[in-house]
Formats: sequence, structure tokens, C-alpha cells
Amino acid sequence: MTKGVSKIPEVSSVEQKRNAGLDLDLEIIRSLRVNRSAVERRCSTLAGRRTVKKHHQAAWLLKAVSCMDLTTLSGDDTPARVRHLCAKAKQPISPALEEGLGIKSLALTTGAVCVYHEMVATAVEALEGSGIPVAAVSTGFPAGLSSQRLKVMEIQDSVAAGAQEIDIVISRRHVLTGDWNSLYNEMRDYREACGDAHVKAILATGELGTLSNVARASWVCMMAGADFIKTSTGKEGVNATLPFTLVMLRAIRDFYAQTGVRIGYKPAGGISKAKDCLSYLILLREELGNDWLNPDLFRFGASSLLGDIERQLEHHHTGSYSAANRHALA
Amino acid sequence: MTILKAFETMDYGSALESSSEASNWLSDRGAKFGHFINGKFTKPKQLFKTSNPANGAFLAEVSAGAKKDVDAAVDAALVAQPAWENVGGPARARFLYSLARLVQKNSRLLAVLETLDNGKPIRESRDIDIPLVARHFYHHAGWAQLLEAEFPDQQAVGVAGQIIPWNFPLLMLAWKVAPALAVGNTVVLKPAEYTPLSALCFAELCQEAGLPNGVVNIVTGPGETGALISGHKKIHKVAFTGSSEVGRKIREQTAGQGKKLTLELGGKSPFIVFDDSDIDGAVEGLVDAIWFNQGEVCCAGSRLLMQESIAAEMLAKIKTRMDRLRVGNPMDKNIDMGAIIDPVQRDRIEKLVKAGIKEGAEIYQPATALPEGGCFYPPTLLSAAEPAMRIVQEEIFGPVLVALTFRTPAEAVDLANNTRYGLAASIWTENVNLALDIAPKIKAGVIWVNSTNLFDAAAGFGGYRESGYGREGGREGMYEYLRPTYLEKLKPTQPMKANSQYPASRGRPSEVDRTRKLYIGGKQKRPDGGYDRAVRDASSQVIGQVGEGNRKDIRDAVEAANKAASWAEMSGHARAQILYFIAENLSVRSDEFADLLKQMTGKGSAKKEVDASIDRLFTYAAWADKYDGSVHQVPIRGVAIAMKEPIGVIGIACPNESPLLSFVSLVAPAIAVGNRVVAIPSQPYPLAATDLYQVLETSDLPGGVLNIVTGDQNTLSQTLSQHAGVDAMWYFGDHAGSMAVEKASVVNLKQTWVSGGMARDWFDQEQASSQEFLRRATQVKNIWVPYGE
Repeated sequence: MTKGVSKIPEVSSVEQKRNAGLDLDLEIIRSLRVNRSAVERRCSTLAGRRTVKKHHQAAWLLKAVSCMDLTTLSGDDTPARVRHLCAKAKQPISPALEEGLGIKSLALTTGAVCVYHEMVATAVEALEGSGIPVAAVSTGFPAGLSSQRLKVMEIQDSVAAGAQEIDIVISRRHVLTGDWNSLYNEMRDYREACGDAHVKAILATGELGTLSNVARASWVCMMAGADFIKTSTGKEGVNATLPFTLVMLRAIRDFYAQTGVRIGYKPAGGISKAKDCLSYLILLREELGNDWLNPDLFRFGASSLLGDIERQLEHHHTGSYSAANRHALA
Repeated sequence: MTILKAFETMDYGSALESSSEASNWLSDRGAKFGHFINGKFTKPKQLFKTSNPANGAFLAEVSAGAKKDVDAAVDAALVAQPAWENVGGPARARFLYSLARLVQKNSRLLAVLETLDNGKPIRESRDIDIPLVARHFYHHAGWAQLLEAEFPDQQAVGVAGQIIPWNFPLLMLAWKVAPALAVGNTVVLKPAEYTPLSALCFAELCQEAGLPNGVVNIVTGPGETGALISGHKKIHKVAFTGSSEVGRKIREQTAGQGKKLTLELGGKSPFIVFDDSDIDGAVEGLVDAIWFNQGEVCCAGSRLLMQESIAAEMLAKIKTRMDRLRVGNPMDKNIDMGAIIDPVQRDRIEKLVKAGIKEGAEIYQPATALPEGGCFYPPTLLSAAEPAMRIVQEEIFGPVLVALTFRTPAEAVDLANNTRYGLAASIWTENVNLALDIAPKIKAGVIWVNSTNLFDAAAGFGGYRESGYGREGGREGMYEYLRPTYLEKLKPTQPMKANSQYPASRGRPSEVDRTRKLYIGGKQKRPDGGYDRAVRDASSQVIGQVGEGNRKDIRDAVEAANKAASWAEMSGHARAQILYFIAENLSVRSDEFADLLKQMTGKGSAKKEVDASIDRLFTYAAWADKYDGSVHQVPIRGVAIAMKEPIGVIGIACPNESPLLSFVSLVAPAIAVGNRVVAIPSQPYPLAATDLYQVLETSDLPGGVLNIVTGDQNTLSQTLSQHAGVDAMWYFGDHAGSMAVEKASVVNLKQTWVSGGMARDWFDQEQASSQEFLRRATQVKNIWVPYGE
């Protein structure tokens, strides 16, 4: 009698192997099947299957903070604004609350700070010594319709300015027209331009039309060497959702089964409530396991989520509901 | 420190639902319950214990219903019934609405009680069972409101005895009570011995809703109490959900009592995964199919059929998924599976699993820790299973999935149908052509495409074959609690003078010697025994001989009928053409048939009877392409298609009254909708049927669609009723024969429709040509098709 071995390693201690990519395999792309109703059913019932309460909830919210790409992507960003953000990234939870929760030893920071290219230098300087990487959105973010030459140069400039992570946007038209070769080649170029910087491929899932396209785009980008796949720019009509997430996580799981390489996942856009972020963490844990529950393999792209998490944590600590003005602005 | 630790492990921790409200509810009642009879709780006595299967803890003591209690409940229901029916649908709708609201208002208490008593995860009782209970009462409040308009010429059956199982205690109560009350019946319900508490709580809701006394009566107790209800002489209808074994006993027990009966029995439902499916979706579907409610689900997708090309990948994914299933305290919101109802059931599961391993199946169980102390069984996969293994044939009723492979869609259908059961099936494919091709081919009452275990009050639920008969939910379910008003007008059949006689005495027919043989597979066949039966006219003159059919002739006829299965696949239009043609050819010979009828029966209405027969053929030719199914409004993005399918092979023992017209009135609707028929003509007046052979032969009726075996009607009916290859038996002979047919039907739990010895007026449209005939000739298959790309 074969007794199953639990495949969920309890503590993540995996040596991370960077994705070298695969040749484009159209056979795989064409065989992908996603049933939307089944995906939605899994997502809608999960909330009833798993929940975290009390200490566990606090711990999971802290995990969310550690996996957060604290983000500002606005036309009116200024160096001062970015410095506020960086300060918050270094000290996301007030020292008093850290003390109260007994988590000082975590030396909690956010996963990264995410900005436009022009703000990279400011962020790098502001975060110096903190170990917090700067992520730059790139390649003509958010629409990705500038010339390929400029897009590659934009990556190179951001890397030169000190960005350790590059969030590229894919050309949605390649997905919508089924031009997988062009998507693959484009992604390959970006990956190469990134050098040692890690590259997150933004699929702009809200613009891909179907969940099957989300699965296909995920696979092509992973084959082309993406380190992370990311849902959205935050600027599409529909941004991160649990169904998009489930489809992308399953692509990641199957890619891992095939290559032994763990690809990271980043939902972004519209995740602003502590309760929502728990759903994403639960789905991640259920579909991929604990290995992925760390900033090397999971990030939230968020700007206002942190504020809600802080309030929840304070409530956990004091038992009283909190208010926004009690927590430092980002 | 604790937060740090939790941060490190990222465990879920436990999230326990509080049981204090439910405990208070129990202790406020002294944790002792009587029966709920005539609006009041009786004094608790003859107590037995009910306990929590998750930890063995005592919950309450409940009374074991004795004959006296059942009698009192039935009497109360009988007294209450006329007023309850006469108050009218709209008034009953208010009560049902009130019950729906009360279920919602008390939903958490009911969910917790259910989980404590049954061991199912609180997630399921909270998110699935109780909301469906409320939905069922809402939906049927609507039917009550619309009853008079939507079901004209129908009335309540009377008192319904309802016996429900332990796997979905309150939901099964709702499935039974809501339609019964909507129609105007009163009920005596027995909850399962293991799980009486939610029903007793519901009894209080009935009081709160101001339901008139005696409309709902609840008697608790073991199986013996159930038998007292189902066998009770004053009950008009029995509805049972439970094991096929008990279902059989109830069928035998109620035979000849003139009761309406619905049986919702076991299953071994296939879960078919084609190579073009969303495999992850299908794997998740399995979680809902076989690890829902610990697999203690009659329609559990317990037989996984995978296309060979994806089997290895799929098995690997299933095992990975199983590793993440959590088995634990049912009150914990972080578990997928709770406790098995009772050690008896767990031992049964264990025994079957062991038998499977012994027969060569490969077992996989995840390393998930099981809680100490309670009654638990891990999620289990038995792969490399073969059709011949016990675990593939028998219902396990536990969290055990057996996995087989197939090569082609045709083989998938063969394997899916290779079972005595026929409750449900899941089909996974992204190819709509394939899905809609396979769904009608599977013998099951419910088909879920790319989904599983979806339930709703608007869609009927119920089985084919030995999974039982009758539907619960939807318009189709309403008929289970209704009966046509004309039934009250029927009078007993008059005993016939023996007009046919075996062995045939030598008598001279008036004209050229004619030998009427049997009609099997489209050919006239000599009877196997080689003997004839003499047919006499009203003045005892021998007017002809018919073949004396025996067991072997019935066997051959059934075989021919089964071979003619393609009749069901023909278009309704094509079947209509043939019925019209039969009518045309009969009309050409109408004088001859009129003479024959007159000669046999000595009655003057012969010409009228032939005309009516032709008219009836026209009627069912008309219906052949018009007896449509429907699309139910279920709460999914998708459709639930209620298809009316033929039952299969129907045995029909025809009445003596109006021998040609009654023969046509029964056979025509049956074949119009695609059934194949083995008919046993009226014993004294068989010539009306045998002389049809030539009409049939000249009308392009494919061989085997209608087979006619003459002889001793009750003996032949008995053989047909016992034949496992016959799917339904209609019997229009005497009372004793009706009872014998119902008794014999337990062999394969075939559907029966018997006259109980009452005669119809076959010239009367309402009695002889109503939609009831088409309803009897079909069964509803609900095909759920969620969509969305």
C-alpha cells in the first residue's frame, strides 16, 4: 500500500533556480484548456473552505506586507512623493505595533518599491542599505505600444539606474492575434535586456479576452524566461481577480512540474482590502503550496492595501477598530 | 511569539464554529425529544441516543416510533388533509414562504445541528445544505401559488409517508416536504435514525409558521418505524430516499396497495474525463464529486473514467490535490472532509477498499492526519481498477474514488452504462459536440457537463434503472405528489367470461384456417412451446387460435425490443410518419377490424372503436415531435436542459375493455416517444392485436419496436416483470395481477404502472388520451451545462 507523502514542505528553504526558459512549444500552447465555470466555482468556494483567524490572520497579513511591491505609478509622482513611499517600505508597520505584535525580530519591510523609470534613482537612493529592491515598470507601460527598440532601451536605462526588478508589459495584440512567436521573441528580448535584474511579465489579463488566452500568455512568457508573471498594470478596466490568479497559478504549477523551475506570481491592481489579500494568499497556498509564500516567489502590486492591513493588525493587537489617520502615510 | 511562529509555518490554524447555540437549543429541551404529531411534541419515550460522529459525544435522546405513534401521526395527517388541500394553493404558498423565511432566519442553528448530528463539514451545511433547503421551500411556495393554473385536473394524492436518509438530513426533508405540502398533501416523515435533530428543529419551525396541526408529522425511529409508515394502509404515497436494498423492500411491501411510490436510491455515478478537458477543472470537480460530504452522497462521482492518453497526468494531479485535502473536526471551517456517519459505515468502506486492493487495485491515500477519537476515513483513490472488480460495481458510500480508463467516446459510454445504477454522471470536455453527444447516451437522471453535484429546486433529481424512479424538484417533481382527478371515477374491471382457452380445443373456424402466431422482431413466429389457444366469440364459438406464448417467447421478444434501440434515436418526425402510416393502413381495413371486434366481444360499438383507434394513432403521431423537454431556470450561468427520454423497453399487459382501442391507447404513446414495447394483448380478445401484424408489417415499423406475445396474460406479465432487460411494466389487468407485477418489479426496480383492477373508459379523452400516458412513457433527464469562455 502506497501511503502518500504530503507534498507541502512546511518551511520554504528552496534554493531558487532562475528561469532559463524553454524553446517555444506551440504544442503545449495549443493544448491548453481552461473551463471558466470550473475556474470560477473553485474560486468562489475557496473562501468557505479556508480561513485564517486571530494570530494566524495577523501572521498572514504580515506575510502580505513582506510580499508587497509598494507602488506609485502616477503622472504626478515627484521625488518627495517617492521618498515618502520608500520610508514606508522600510517601516511598513509602526514600531509600536511591531512591539505589540511581538514581531520586531522580523525586521519587516515590504518586498519592493515599484515606480516609473524616472523615479528609479530617487528610490534606489532612498532605500539604500535597506535591502529593499526597486522595481521599475517598463516597456512603454501601461499600453506597451512604443517601439521595440525604445522598450529595450527603457529596460536597460532602468537597470543602469539601479532597478533590480523590471515589470514589463507584453504586447496584447500578439495574444489576441495568436502570434505566439512574436510574443515569445519580445519576451526573450526583455529578459536579455534585464541581465541580472528579475523580470516580471505583465499580461494585462483584463485585456486578453478569455481565460484560455491568459493561460497561453502565461506559458509563452514563462517559456521565454520570465521570472514572474503578473496580472495587470492596474490601469486596465479589470485588473487582478481570483479567476485570473487561479489560471496563472496552475500554469506556474505545470511549468514547475515540467522544468523544476519555480516562477513567481504577482497579482496587481484593485487589491486594497486585507480580506482580499488573504484570499490570494490562500489560493496560492492551496494551488502551489507553502514554497511560494515568500517575496522571492510572490508579490502583491498595491498602493492602498498596506493601510488597510495596518488597521487590521492594530485591531488584532488592541481589540479596537482603528482609523486611517493613526497610521503613517506612504 | 505565536504570531512569529504562525508567520514561519503559514498554517491555517483552526477556525471553529461555535456550537453553543445548538447545545443550548438541545439542553433547553432537556436533550430529550418525542415525536411531532398533530402540531405537538409527544412525551419522549422508548428513547435511543443520537451522537456526534466526529467525537462520539452524546447529543440527545430521541423516541423510537412504535405502531401506536405511526397510527396517531397518520390519523392526524388524514384528518388534516382535506382542509389543507381545500384552503387552496395561494394560501399554502404563504405557509411555504413562511417556512422558507424561518429556515433562513434559523440557518446557522440548523447548520450547526446538522453538522453535529451528521459529521459533515460546517462549510457544507452552512453553504450548501441549508441554503438549498430554503431555496426548495421558496420554489415550492411558487408552485403552490400556480398549482391550480399549471396542473389542472390534478389533485393531491392524500397522505404522504416520507422516509429520508442521514446524508443530507434536512435537505432531504425539504425535497420531500416542500412539494408534498405545495400540492395539498399532508405528511408523516421519518428522519434517519442517525440524524433526527434537524427534522425536530424543523418541526418547531412548522409550529412557528402556524402550519395547521397534522399537516406535518415527524416520527423518529429506526428502520422498523419506517416500515410501519411505508406499509401503513391509510397512506397514499410513499417517498423514500436511501439504499437500494431498503427500496426493494418498500416496493415489495407496498405492492398491490395502490400507493404512489418514488424511490431515490443508490448510485455508482461515472465521472468521465476526455482528453480535451480542463484537467485541473476536472480534478477540482472530483473534490466536489467524491470528497463532498465524505463521499456519502447517492450521486457521488465515484467512478472516474479517464481517456487513456491523459490518465497518467490526471492521476498525478489527483494525488497532488488529495495531499491538500484536510480531514478534521467538522466544525472547523478549514477542513474539506468531516466524519463518517457511524463506525458501521466506516467498516463497510474499509472492507470494500480492502477487497479492491485484494483484487489488484492500487491505493493512494494522502498523509493527512486523521483526528483522534472520531469516526474518520481518509480520502482514497483506487486506480488500476477493472470493470469486474467489486469496488467498480458496488456503491461504497464513502470518500473512495475508483479510476478506470477508456479509449474512445463509445467505450466511455459503454463503461459508464455498465452498472445497475443510473443516478448521475459528469462529463468533462471542452468540445460541445462531444458533451452533447454523450449526455443523452448515458443512462442517468442527471448529467453535469464540466461540473458536478449541482442541485437546485427548479431541476428534477432522480434516477434511471436501479437508482429508483420519480423526480424531486422542478415541474417533473410536482407530479409525484399529484394524481389525475378522473381516477376517482374509475370502476373495477368486470371479470370476463373465459373467452380464450388453452390448450386449444379443436374447433372449426368459419372460413379459411388461419394461424395467428406471435409477433417478435418484426416477424410472425411460431410460439416456442408449439401450442395454441382457442379464441371464442360471445356465444362460445371458436373463432380462431392464437399462439400460446411462454417464457422463452418473452425472452425473445425482449431481446428483439432491446435490439431495436435505434428507434429511440430516430427523429420524432420519422416516428410520427410511421404512426400515421399505421393509422392509414388500419383505416383501409377498418371494416374488417370492426367485424372482428364485434365477433369477439359481441358489442355494437365496434366501428366506433376502430375509428377511435385510428384517431388515437393520429394523436400520438401528432405528439411524437411535440412532447418537448424544457430548460429549467437554475442559478448558474448556463442551462439545465430537462430532456424527456424514452424509458427503454416497456412491457404492456393490455386490458380487456375495448381491446383494440385500449391496445392502441397504450402502445402508441409508448412507441411515439421512442420506447420499444412487448405487448401482451387482452387474454380473451387477443385477435384485435394479432390481426394488426399485417398492418404493422405494411407500415414500415422497424422490427422489434412492437412485439406481441399472446397467451396467459398474468403468467406472461410475471415473466416480463421479472425480466431485468425490461425497463418498465404497465399492467391493466386485475388487482391480483397488479400486485404481482409490483412485487416482481424489484428484480431490477423497473417502473410500474398498474390499474389496480380499475377499468378505464378508453373512449374518454381524459382517461385514455391525456398527457399522463406520455409522462409515463418518458423519464426526465436533466443536463446541466454551465457555459462561459
